[in-house]
Amino acid sequence: MSELGSPALPSASSAVGGRSVISHLDLDPFAIEFFEDPYPAQQALREAGPIVFLDKWNVHGVARYAEVYAVLNDPATFCSSRGVGLSDFKKETPWRPPSLILEADPPAHARTRAVLSKVLSPAVMKQIRDGFTAAAEAKIDELLQRRNIDAIADMAEAYPLSVFPDAVGLKPEGREHLLPYASVVFNAFGPPNELRQTAIERSMPHQAYVAEQCQRHNLVAGGFGAGIHACVDSGEINEAEAPLLVRSLLSAGLDTTVNGIGAAIYCLARFPEELERLRRDPTLARNAFEEAVRFESPVQTFFRTTTREVEIGGFGIGEGEKVLMFLGAANRDPRRWEDPDRYDITRKTSGHVGFGSGIHMCAGQLVARLEGEALLAALARKVASIAITGAVKRRYNNTLRGLESLPVELVPA
Amino acid sequence: MPSITFIHPDGRNERVEAEAGTSAMVSAVTHGVDGILAECGGNAMCATCHVYVEESWLDRLPAMEEAEDALLDGAAAERLPNSRLSCQIKMAGELDGLVLRLPGRQT
Repeated sequence: MSELGSPALPSASSAVGGRSVISHLDLDPFAIEFFEDPYPAQQALREAGPIVFLDKWNVHGVARYAEVYAVLNDPATFCSSRGVGLSDFKKETPWRPPSLILEADPPAHARTRAVLSKVLSPAVMKQIRDGFTAAAEAKIDELLQRRNIDAIADMAEAYPLSVFPDAVGLKPEGREHLLPYASVVFNAFGPPNELRQTAIERSMPHQAYVAEQCQRHNLVAGGFGAGIHACVDSGEINEAEAPLLVRSLLSAGLDTTVNGIGAAIYCLARFPEELERLRRDPTLARNAFEEAVRFESPVQTFFRTTTREVEIGGFGIGEGEKVLMFLGAANRDPRRWEDPDRYDITRKTSGHVGFGSGIHMCAGQLVARLEGEALLAALARKVASIAITGAVKRRYNNTLRGLESLPVELVPA
Repeated sequence: MPSITFIHPDGRNERVEAEAGTSAMVSAVTHGVDGILAECGGNAMCATCHVYVEESWLDRLPAMEEAEDALLDGAAAERLPNSRLSCQIKMAGELDGLVLRLPGRQT
């Protein structure tokens, strides 16, 4: 495809006639070529200015850490209620009923957020920790028996699938809809390209499954889902809201950790010296996962919509404008990170925006870290090396960065 | 600039200068104080910047909000009456000399 253009050559200068104008770029961050190798284009986006304009989709973008962080942390100016994809809910009908948390603004957001924060709190993580750890040990043992595996299907997908749906309290039947549903959700944040259109066209069976599983009678007692419904009894949310909040767990709780864990394994397979450091000190597992989230940024982008005229980095933009935040580019911005293109499991990762930042920062971040830590700690103790044995295949999604296939040989320690 | 002294579990002291208006957590992370993880980056969502506030300073700190209170219940190290999340302690001139003890673990 020719849509990518020439990322090194922004088509407009940033100072015309003495007055600063926003650089226009003709690259398409939702094209296959971009997904295959986003780094030169992300660099071009950062270097073109604190804010850029993407002609392909008529949208502003921010790719430097400071501006991405600023937009994320000013929800009054950069709202979510008009959608966090390209589609403006004020002008277009959303493809599904809007999320009560992701696509909500203060003050309404605080109430629903409090419910998910309670259900996914550090105290709850303490209760599920041993179970997640045991499942991770068992998974690595099983995979070491097989030795030659696909690290995506057999590890990055299989492990979260072995713990998360049970933690939510889902019935065993129909779970094969979970990953396809999440894939639709994350494709739908993108522009009306083929990925988005195809995903939505094929989404009906997955939507029907998810809607049904969000109902109270389908959720096992003691799980996250039942915990959300219990907040109806205490008056924190109403009966109509609970299923939609359960839906948030099913939308954002699985595919994200699959890609996060996939990123970590892919990093450890490519950088054996980091795997060696991890093996020497398995307590680094949690940070090795966190650093993989910074390094690969499984969630690459989100949009906001301006609620008023506003200035970003000295450039004015109008009300009702979509702003595309490049989380992946911010996480490798040399203005913020030393040696940003290096995967370093001892890096001080605090402040990365792989889980977002501000009031909408990932509500499930503690579950993600628990899964990542449990799996990498088991791997650190049991696996001596991870050798890539075949073609690495990328999976294409408008929002999620990850692999379709990663054939590896695991050598036991 | 107000200063903060962090005391590690082994008794080692680290004194850092804090920028007024930023949090004690940011000062720790900026100066590379080990023992403050701050996984969520200061959004009061993770409880990995837990500190024990030296008793004499406790009353001078901003009041605890509900979210911080709930998070502290899940902190990895034992919650004590002087437990706080350092991301919620905003530094100001009157906190010059603040003393914070670091717990043995954050995760």
